[in-house]
Amino acid sequence: MKRAIPAIYILFLMLPIYWLVSMSFKPTTEILGSFTLWPNEFTLENYKTIFSDASWYMGYVNSMIYVSINTAMSVAVALPAAYAFSRYRFLGDKHLFFWLLTNRMAPAAVFALPFFQLYSAVSLFDTHFAVALAHTLFNVPLAVWILEGFMSGVPKQLDETAYVDGYSFPHFFVKIFVPTIGAGIGVAAFFCFMFSWVELLLGKTLTAVAAKPIAATMTKTASSSGYELGLLAAAGTLTIIPGAFVIYFVRNYIAKGFALGRV
Amino acid sequence: MSLELKGVSKQVDGETHIYPTDLKLETGSFNMLLGTTGSGKTTLMQIMAGLEPVSSGQIFFNGADVTGVPVQKRNVSMVYQQFINYPNFTVFENIASPLRVAKVPEAEIKRRVDEMAELMKLGPMLQRRPSELSGGQQQRTAMARALVKDSSLVLLDEPLANLDFKLREELRDELPKLIAKRNCVVVYATTEPIEALLFAGHTATLHQGRVTQFGPTSDIYRTPKDLISAKVFSEPPINTAKVVKEGNVIKLGSDIKWEAKGNLSNMKDGQYTFGIRPHHVTAQELGEQAIKVEGSVQITEISGSESVVHFNMHGNSWVSQSHGVQYHDVGSVAHLFADVSQGLYFDDKDQLVSL
Repeated sequence: MKRAIPAIYILFLMLPIYWLVSMSFKPTTEILGSFTLWPNEFTLENYKTIFSDASWYMGYVNSMIYVSINTAMSVAVALPAAYAFSRYRFLGDKHLFFWLLTNRMAPAAVFALPFFQLYSAVSLFDTHFAVALAHTLFNVPLAVWILEGFMSGVPKQLDETAYVDGYSFPHFFVKIFVPTIGAGIGVAAFFCFMFSWVELLLGKTLTAVAAKPIAATMTKTASSSGYELGLLAAAGTLTIIPGAFVIYFVRNYIAKGFALGRV
Repeated sequence: MSLELKGVSKQVDGETHIYPTDLKLETGSFNMLLGTTGSGKTTLMQIMAGLEPVSSGQIFFNGADVTGVPVQKRNVSMVYQQFINYPNFTVFENIASPLRVAKVPEAEIKRRVDEMAELMKLGPMLQRRPSELSGGQQQRTAMARALVKDSSLVLLDEPLANLDFKLREELRDELPKLIAKRNCVVVYATTEPIEALLFAGHTATLHQGRVTQFGPTSDIYRTPKDLISAKVFSEPPINTAKVVKEGNVIKLGSDIKWEAKGNLSNMKDGQYTFGIRPHHVTAQELGEQAIKVEGSVQITEISGSESVVHFNMHGNSWVSQSHGVQYHDVGSVAHLFADVSQGLYFDDKDQLVSL
């Protein structure tokens, strides 16, 4: 019993993923024609198509580019902001901190239209930077929130000790403080990566060809050239991999973040 | 060298943390800041270091005004109660860090860090991270970092408070030796009167943001200026009771009285607060003028060779501290002796009556 319940639960969770992976190795005719638990006609055709067709693999490249830009930008902006929130008291600091979070409360669709208009006006439309910038809207508040928690866990005396030792503020911040909260930066970067990676609406609205993300590519294929379910399943499987990869590396830090009550 | 505070005060959000304070601290001995948690010791130290700006007043170092000078340019060292080290640096790099910032040549750094590590018994730990060390070793690392550079002001903010008993004893012995050869002003904050007595030197008693008294430690202990200073500098807390002097007799309540001897007879008649330290209230009849006191027992604490009895003395909670094991049941009546010749008398403004 003790083992059966978690086993059933995990099975339940893994089933859709298994189904996706299994489908990605089947030709579309098998998927549509019969119900099979594993691929009868095992094929790598779907993957071959994705890796050889630029309209497919560029989707991954585009996603990777804007997700990286966004993660770097969000963390870089959030670091000094979180430091200010954790170390200083200023007029309205608590309200401002809460207001940051409220940016996450509105659905992305609310911002899609104004962003589209604005970015078109400054010819940022269909660039990686456009999507990266749009995603900072909800990633910066999140990163500030997470980093503030980690920073508040570092005693203020560490800062003071460094000043007493003769460090200037920028020197201390880069050489001592940033490495000290390395785990927090890892967690913040992970969440920025994840939200930016899975976000579809802004990515789709703000791009046309040059910076089209993989998620948008997937939706278009499903509608235009009939049902190419095998191809779609392969694309889906490949989309899961980066996330799984990143989670594997930051899993210990995330546990730490949960312990601090901030994730 | 000397550090002088002139009218230094600190307000935060309209709340006074430090009332105007004048202090002159000299090199050559420990300057103790003694006070309970929240009495302003740490704030005062941060002001001395230049970590916190003053709200008013001036700070002089060797006669030069350093009030607005940032901490980086003041050549100070500080050790905190919490073990503060740079977690991403090895012990070696932790100790070397002030030298690196000062751009001391590599060979010189190596020599001085090794020497300091030897002194602090950190030799074998130099390549480890602070998190891999015991609490005592972590605090030694912090101290080594504070002492490796020749700072002119060393601030120790309850450095031994978080250590276990054994280590505390050890470092209490070592600290004066480490400091002795240096030409620097040493300030040491503590909540424990015993620590102040151990390090001797000078003591400033602090209470709610005010320095109530400053002077050589033994003077402050023997002749506290007022009741608050006496309370700060007494552990267990000093026993107090209202007494009335009438002619040659001093009365405590209706049943306890003693003769006003010597200079005491010159004291004006009237009401006073009488203070007596716990170790002058004993189970044995000791001292020049031991009188009998009694009261119902609240708690007895026996620590091997010493007994501490808390008892009710005419509505005041008194503490007696005597040698040997003296067991009393809770609620029973303890018969003790108070050597009133060691008592202190405070007037209606809580100032010590000088005799």
